[in-house]
Amino acid sequence: MSAVRVLVGTRKGAFILTADGKREHWEVSGPFFAGWEIYHMKGSPVNPDRIYVSQTSSWSGQVIQRSDDGGKTWAAPGGGVQKSPQGWPMGESNRFVYDTSAETGKPLTTHQFYDGTQHPWEFKRVWHLEPSLTNAEEVYAGVEDAAIFHSKDGAHSWRELPGLRGHGTGPKWQPGAGGMCLHTIVLDPKDPKRIYIAISAAGAFRTDDGGKTWKPINKGLRSQFIPDQDAEVGHCVHHIAMSPRRPGVLFMQKHWDVMRSDDAGDSWREVSGNLPTDFGFAIDVHAHEPETIFVAPIKSDSEHYPLDGKLQVWRSKTGGNEWEAMTNGLPQENCYVNVLRDAMAVDLLDTCGVYFGTTGGQVYVSPDAGDHWKPIVRDLPAVLSVEVQTLS
Amino acid sequence: MIRVELPHHLRVLAQLSGEVTVEVTEPVTLRRVLDALEARYPVLRGTIRDHDTKKRRPFLRFFACQEDLSHDSPDEPLPEAVATGKEPLLVIGAIAGGSWPGLAVQADAPSAPGAGSW
Repeated sequence: MSAVRVLVGTRKGAFILTADGKREHWEVSGPFFAGWEIYHMKGSPVNPDRIYVSQTSSWSGQVIQRSDDGGKTWAAPGGGVQKSPQGWPMGESNRFVYDTSAETGKPLTTHQFYDGTQHPWEFKRVWHLEPSLTNAEEVYAGVEDAAIFHSKDGAHSWRELPGLRGHGTGPKWQPGAGGMCLHTIVLDPKDPKRIYIAISAAGAFRTDDGGKTWKPINKGLRSQFIPDQDAEVGHCVHHIAMSPRRPGVLFMQKHWDVMRSDDAGDSWREVSGNLPTDFGFAIDVHAHEPETIFVAPIKSDSEHYPLDGKLQVWRSKTGGNEWEAMTNGLPQENCYVNVLRDAMAVDLLDTCGVYFGTTGGQVYVSPDAGDHWKPIVRDLPAVLSVEVQTLS
Repeated sequence: MIRVELPHHLRVLAQLSGEVTVEVTEPVTLRRVLDALEARYPVLRGTIRDHDTKKRRPFLRFFACQEDLSHDSPDEPLPEAVATGKEPLLVIGAIAGGSWPGLAVQADAPSAPGAGSW
């Protein structure tokens, strides 16, 4: 019998929602790490019981937590999961230290700040954790200020992949209102050396050599808020999704515009089509139909809630351009929540369940690829991220 | 024996309840107390002060004997009442004006900080 485990990061803790393959009756556990911001939690595809969590606080900094039993127990992996003879956890919170070694070639010292002046890189938090597709001990972290880190020892220790910041365009990267964050990491299941990342507001980048060197992949993006609207970098990419069944075809929710690339990001074209607004944060691809994509349109960059107070997921079965509103079961009046960039996910069951969380604390599920929706929970803290594990 | 009171979230993180005590050789300074605290509870490294620079995290404060020690040199001797265990060293989370110091979360617009954050 199949089952699903939904990992929900919120502004005040983590929650785990579980159900069998029918996805009708849900069990809710949590809050874990109560009171802390949980930017992201994600399970290893190699060992689903291995779950990594980004636990963060402006008061107390960054902690990485890890579970090896599907979320029943947790430990900060800095010193393993051992406890002292007195029972104290030995793991130290994790260190994310930017690489400043001479070997990086041309380490960057500044990026653009909100006012256009240059500003030094300062670590703030981990936005996204992406476990390896082949090794449960290996995991990538996207952080603010934007950089990518890599751990080969189950998040015990982290090393920056400095080639990204060493690309040379860093002085043109600038923070969005959420900070200058590397929020998206997409691993290519067919080519282990190919990784895509996205940064607000720098754009998308790709490595083809396992993270040594990176190239910006923003050709075709246009952004009004930078002096050169077609610039190589500076674009506010909100999220990128890719079907593992068809690597190389990417879908992007940009600040404004929904975009598509058929050549691994080398070029992009707009596929916003008949969307009522093409501003938004979340985007995802159907687990079995690579041309079926989902977005959650938001009114505008200055009004971060659904158009006309109607919560809608829009689905395209044609890889973009032609969209249909999927509203059955979603509130269609007086709804003014947001769906954040990492707060949408799909399961791998035959009918492809779709899930998303809102800043109003609701987590919705559609067990039939968007046709019908229902809330799993309604009153969590603001949801920052949603991931789904399909368990057999 | 030095007594230290930690904020709630750090007590939970270190799985502690109530005050913590650490042994520190003289002179008893903030740096030595924090060194001893982090040695005993490694999970606290990086949560009170930066891993490498050892600078106090901006939203934490150090109080003792009705005084704010946050801006004192970490190598200054702590008040005698703390050094003798009569009074605790308080590690306090800033109230932060009732707003979230993290500013905007997960949402962004490339304009002013906090603008359009939701």
